[in-house]
Amino acid sequence: MKLNIITPDATLFTADNIHLVQLPGVGGSFEIMSNHAPLISVLKEGKIKVVIKGQDPKFFDIQGGVIEVLNNKVLILAE
Amino acid sequence: MPGLKEVRIRIASVRSTQQITNAMKMVAASKLRKAQTAILKLRPYAAKLREILQNLSSSIENSSENTFSKERDPNKILIVVIASNRGLCGGFNSNIIKATQEFIETRYPAQFEKGNVSLICIGRKASEFFSKKNYHVIEVRDDLLDSLRFDIVSLLAEKLMKAFTDKEYDRIHIIYNQFKNAAVQRLIMEQFLPIVPAAQETKTKAIEKEVTADYIFEPDKETILRELIPKTLRIQLFKAILDSFASEQGARMTAMQKATDNADDLLKELQISYNKARQSTITNEILEIVNGAEALKG
Repeated sequence: MKLNIITPDATLFTADNIHLVQLPGVGGSFEIMSNHAPLISVLKEGKIKVVIKGQDPKFFDIQGGVIEVLNNKVLILAE
Repeated sequence: MPGLKEVRIRIASVRSTQQITNAMKMVAASKLRKAQTAILKLRPYAAKLREILQNLSSSIENSSENTFSKERDPNKILIVVIASNRGLCGGFNSNIIKATQEFIETRYPAQFEKGNVSLICIGRKASEFFSKKNYHVIEVRDDLLDSLRFDIVSLLAEKLMKAFTDKEYDRIHIIYNQFKNAAVQRLIMEQFLPIVPAAQETKTKAIEKEVTADYIFEPDKETILRELIPKTLRIQLFKAILDSFASEQGARMTAMQKATDNADDLLKELQISYNKARQSTITNEILEIVNGAEALKG
């Protein structure tokens, strides 16, 4: 699963071999794993947790944002 | 043939001017680098955001209910003109001003006649010009170009959106220079509000995509649209300002580069005429000495 985290100032994070992403959705926290169905959702303030197998999880603080999942590609537009 | 002293003074003055233009070029170049990275970083974000919005609106049938994309009769027009605070950047400002005037004359002559075309000027050069002429300038925001901060620009975008939804204005346009590279800027006139539906080809593309991708919307489409549209508009305005700022620096850099080159040419010419003048005085002096010697002999 591919992941892109983009903010207005920079491309924050890119990786190809993501195992799991945990996100702060407006309706509560949720996770996305490989082969997730297409999804568009709004995020609220909180932490994004990115897990790559065999590595420590990475965390990113966001103020809010949008996520799009399509064909195993996750795009997060964060603020 | 100008005198030696005059030529020497001119050479000195051209040389000092050249130093100034060269320094301004350097300053513009370093500012350009900063502005360029800023706009180049923002662009993918803005592009992706628009993509998501298009995917979204293509799967919503009744998007006309959305207050931001509702077309009304264009009675009251607002135009946001983005120029620069400082001069000495070639045709940058005059191009923007000319384009704005032309735009008003061709698109909204009737509304202009009635005084229903208002302007918001960003950049001192534009605001000075339009305030002097009989344009209806409702706001001057020269300060935006000094700080270039997203949160401050957002406030203006917020205000524009409110003015549109409150029906103060029926149409809002932005006119600015888009940054292509240091030497080339493209004049852009885009409609800020109401939101123009995606062009036909992008629409069909989005529909094709939709066939393959049946999106899950979380929590629901309307909420997402409500969140997404103001966000897109804020980014759009901010991008326009960053674009314009980078273009300004690029235009100034090229203008100053040309000025420095011109000064170089001028210096060469002056140097030649200086050398000629010097040579002829020496020749004259020798002639005088020879003549004097001849006279003594005789």
